[in-house]
Amino acid sequence: MSAIMTSTKNSSALGYQSFKIGEFSFDRCEYFAYINCPTAEHIISIDDFLRALMRDVAWGFFYGTVAFDDVFGTINHYGNVDVYLGTKHAEWKHAGRDYIENFKSDELMDLFKAILSDWTNEGFDPFAAPQETGTAWGPKRGNEDRLISRQREVAKRMVGIPGDAPLRTDEGGYPVNRAFPDVDQEQPVIEAEPGFEGELHAYNFFGYLSRSDVTWNPSVVSVIRQSLFCPTTEEYVLPIDHGNDRVEWFLQLSDEIVWDIKDGETSTPLATVTMRAGDVSAMPGDIRHQGQSSKRCMLLVWENGSPEILDMIRKGTAPMVPVTF
Amino acid sequence: MATEYNTVFASIDNYRKGGVQCLNEDAKRYAFSNIYEVAATNKPYDRIVVAKNLDYTIEVCRAEGRSGWMACAHDEFVIAMDYDVVVHYLKLADDTMIDRDKDGFQSIKSAPEGQKMGRIFLKRGHQALLPENTAYSFQADKPATLMFQTILGDESIEKWAEICQH
Repeated sequence: MSAIMTSTKNSSALGYQSFKIGEFSFDRCEYFAYINCPTAEHIISIDDFLRALMRDVAWGFFYGTVAFDDVFGTINHYGNVDVYLGTKHAEWKHAGRDYIENFKSDELMDLFKAILSDWTNEGFDPFAAPQETGTAWGPKRGNEDRLISRQREVAKRMVGIPGDAPLRTDEGGYPVNRAFPDVDQEQPVIEAEPGFEGELHAYNFFGYLSRSDVTWNPSVVSVIRQSLFCPTTEEYVLPIDHGNDRVEWFLQLSDEIVWDIKDGETSTPLATVTMRAGDVSAMPGDIRHQGQSSKRCMLLVWENGSPEILDMIRKGTAPMVPVTF
Repeated sequence: MATEYNTVFASIDNYRKGGVQCLNEDAKRYAFSNIYEVAATNKPYDRIVVAKNLDYTIEVCRAEGRSGWMACAHDEFVIAMDYDVVVHYLKLADDTMIDRDKDGFQSIKSAPEGQKMGRIFLKRGHQALLPENTAYSFQADKPATLMFQTILGDESIEKWAEICQH
């Protein structure tokens, strides 16, 4: 009979806390996060773990599956969340090593936030590109609670409209990112006739994006009912595999991203989608995707946040592809 | 040595598509297309659907010369994706010229009467609001690409087999 390993790591020896929820426990050492459950132990490099955890927290468990890697992740049921080990991996399931447990969303969120706060060392920004941050390694060294508590910007109608999400400016703490010095910052000229000064709105969308201080973290810039334009800037590797429970769309605005596509249930590789400026691609609802970008780029993520889709997901009737032809 | 970064945008007359490389997958499931190719290969101001999520759409058109007047019962948004485009706005004197019960943009067949609201001059990467129940018209001195956040309507054109990799 094969062994079930349990962590011998003592987080407190390095100044860190250990954490537990249900049958899952979490420890860290100088280099790794250790996840234990009744069927197995799993190890993830601590920088990868914290970057993935940051997205799971910031996105409120997001839509569907947030896979920290091929083995560990969360599945959002909107009010409650599954934490799993091996459940989305064919070989782990075949070996009977998979384990899944459900928690109330707010309880799990409290735990994840506590881990993130305790395990993120001073100088390490899990939202930042690797070149723009210090390291996660070593014994406990301060914290970065200010950085990890950043809220993503969400417009109600359109950024820049008075009373809505503000534009990004130097004065507001959003300088142009080092990778976008050539992006024009001029704002559109608006010539409103007398009496219509408050009714015409436009702004420099690419300029706004060029000032994003985070990677792989969409904000919402314009909204029509439940249609959400969620642009983001991407650099290096998306810290998670996202397994959506609905169709989403990507529109590449600049540069290039290569997406590795895997089966959502088994982690089997299915395809590679290479997106260059102007390319549009759906991400079907039954796959997982992870992007890689060699240079910071601009990506439009387009989501449908409709409650109608939530009902369809619960009934298992949500379409997995957007169109057939 | 400091890296000099060059941001690669594309345009209606200069784009280089990527694509779907399949292992065990059907490329059609990704509905992969390119907005600049769509703009380059379609008639001016035909609104081609390039992304669809239930009834919500992203539509693309080639802007060239002056468009007719359009309006919509809900907000839309437009982004100039490469070259300069001017948006003209008009407060309709008769708001029954559009069907308030319909989603998607509606062409206004005859020259509408109303009060000029003004103009917005869009350059590459500029996003403008097309407010609900407000007529708008575009002017582009040379072919350009416009992208719309909107909802599927009677005049939205779906031609997936023509624009997508398969």
